[in-house]
Amino acid sequence: MQLAFFYFFSGLSILSALFVIFFRNTLSAAIALVVTLFGVACLFGLLEAHFLAAMQVLVYAGAVMVLFLFVIMLMNLGREELLKIKLAFLGIIGVITGVCLAILLVTRFMGLSAPLLSLDLGVEYGTVKSVGKLLFGEYLIPFELTSILLLVAIIGAITLARKPQS
Amino acid sequence: MFPNNPLLEPFLIIIAKVILIPVIVLNLIPLLIWMERKVSAYIQDRRGPNRANILGVRLAGMILNFADVVKLLTKEEFFPTGANRFYFVLAPGLVFFIYVITTAIIPFADVLKIGEFTMSFQVADLNVGVLYLFSMASLAVYGVMLAGWSSNNKYSLLGGLRASSQMISYEITMGLSIVTLFMMSGSVSLNDIIHYQSENPLYWNMIQQPLAFILFLIATFAETNRNPFDLPEGESELVAGYHVEYSSMKFALFFMGEYAAIIVASSVLAALFLGGWQVPFLSTQALIDNAVFFLNVIGKVFGVVSILLGLVLMVQFRPGRYKDARDFEVLILGIPALAVGIFASYFFFTQGIYDMPDWAPPVFAASVQFVTFITKVILFCFFFIWVRWTLPRFRYDQLMSFGWKGMIPASLVNLFLVSARMMF
Repeated sequence: MQLAFFYFFSGLSILSALFVIFFRNTLSAAIALVVTLFGVACLFGLLEAHFLAAMQVLVYAGAVMVLFLFVIMLMNLGREELLKIKLAFLGIIGVITGVCLAILLVTRFMGLSAPLLSLDLGVEYGTVKSVGKLLFGEYLIPFELTSILLLVAIIGAITLARKPQS
Repeated sequence: MFPNNPLLEPFLIIIAKVILIPVIVLNLIPLLIWMERKVSAYIQDRRGPNRANILGVRLAGMILNFADVVKLLTKEEFFPTGANRFYFVLAPGLVFFIYVITTAIIPFADVLKIGEFTMSFQVADLNVGVLYLFSMASLAVYGVMLAGWSSNNKYSLLGGLRASSQMISYEITMGLSIVTLFMMSGSVSLNDIIHYQSENPLYWNMIQQPLAFILFLIATFAETNRNPFDLPEGESELVAGYHVEYSSMKFALFFMGEYAAIIVASSVLAALFLGGWQVPFLSTQALIDNAVFFLNVIGKVFGVVSILLGLVLMVQFRPGRYKDARDFEVLILGIPALAVGIFASYFFFTQGIYDMPDWAPPVFAASVQFVTFITKVILFCFFFIWVRWTLPRFRYDQLMSFGWKGMIPASLVNLFLVSARMMF
């Protein structure tokens, strides 16, 4: 049963990820990205990482993508306007980045197997409690540094977006 | 298969719960629509719906809901010019679907234990608990946004954008204000939070954490797009907001989705702040131990109340009042009420129930808790309706500055105060 769910959700995320690339309509592409993120969250859930799954939906699908849609709807980009935006060497840069990422992912995760089906992880695994203990214990400093990074990004965004006060 | 589910229930019970719990929530929707109509009518010094009837039975206007269903199902389906059909059809279904699946984590009663058999009254007791609810509710924004955009109408687009920005802004307060509850009870699971609150109303979070309660309440009003925060639907500016182009059953799904959202919000409020299924001053064990006594008391009270109700209804019978079938409504309802009342009083005052099989006391306790929970939910629903017909609407910039400059700092202060109290 879990295997069936795994194939369903991974198929869903891969399919919708392809749609993100191939849809001409920006809004449809964004919606397909939401479905991708949701599918990945379901995969997290199948891997017993419940907290991560909830956060993935809450932050990415529920908040970040809403802002994407916001911008798309307000600018209401048509097809012609989109075709105008073309950078030189965009294709070449894209291919190089993609191949590098693929090599990295394949070499890194080749031998790993997911804790599906049989592995006994204990009751605590993936719960809010255990994730919290890791974040505020072992990984406290990276966690705090990340939050400072995000804070800097927020302040930067506000400064850029603010109207100059004369 | 489910290492985090300690109960391991039989498959059939899981299926039954998956079907029954949404059905319970869906059946509250017509009740809520009726309440909205009646409460608004009496607040505005009117009588409310009192015409629609089936063979003269009006049930104080409840029958109007059936008329509504027939009307909405048979109305013309309309697609505006230039609308994106796929998203136009998807949006109302999405809104409704998401609010229905959020009911999965609402616990309706304590875990039922009969000997070896255990069963929880919630579809899924997830360890992420309330976070699941937030993450699903945050997806409801898409339905609203897509509806606004796909209608190809500037009013609905503005309504959709307003709704989504409002929902994102108030989600932050919502999350921050209940972090204090998680800290106090040491869990994010709704059932654990209810257990932590105990059966004594003084320990319920509404009394213990008044600031968090007020902040969360205000945020739920904004999340469900209800007055005084119903800017997305602001009639005077946006006609009807994001669903202005919708007709027939697609409109009905938005309409029902709004009430489903109120029911989910009320259940969460009741569970987090009002002790959930906890009966005041009676723990689950006390209910089980005294089941015989309480059952007889309830039976006697029910009998007497039913007799009185039947008599009150029958006294109002005036032939020729409306000159149609409605004249006999008081008799149609009054005579059975009187008969049931007489039978119940006779049974409980002369015999009563004193022998109970082993399974009966826990089931009795669970049903009393279920009724208590539903009562609390309806209390909050009434509050939602009461506020809607009492307060005027905010202005949009006021709403945003209130959310970002008032609510979020207040919830941070609340978080700080509670942490300080827990530390020292």
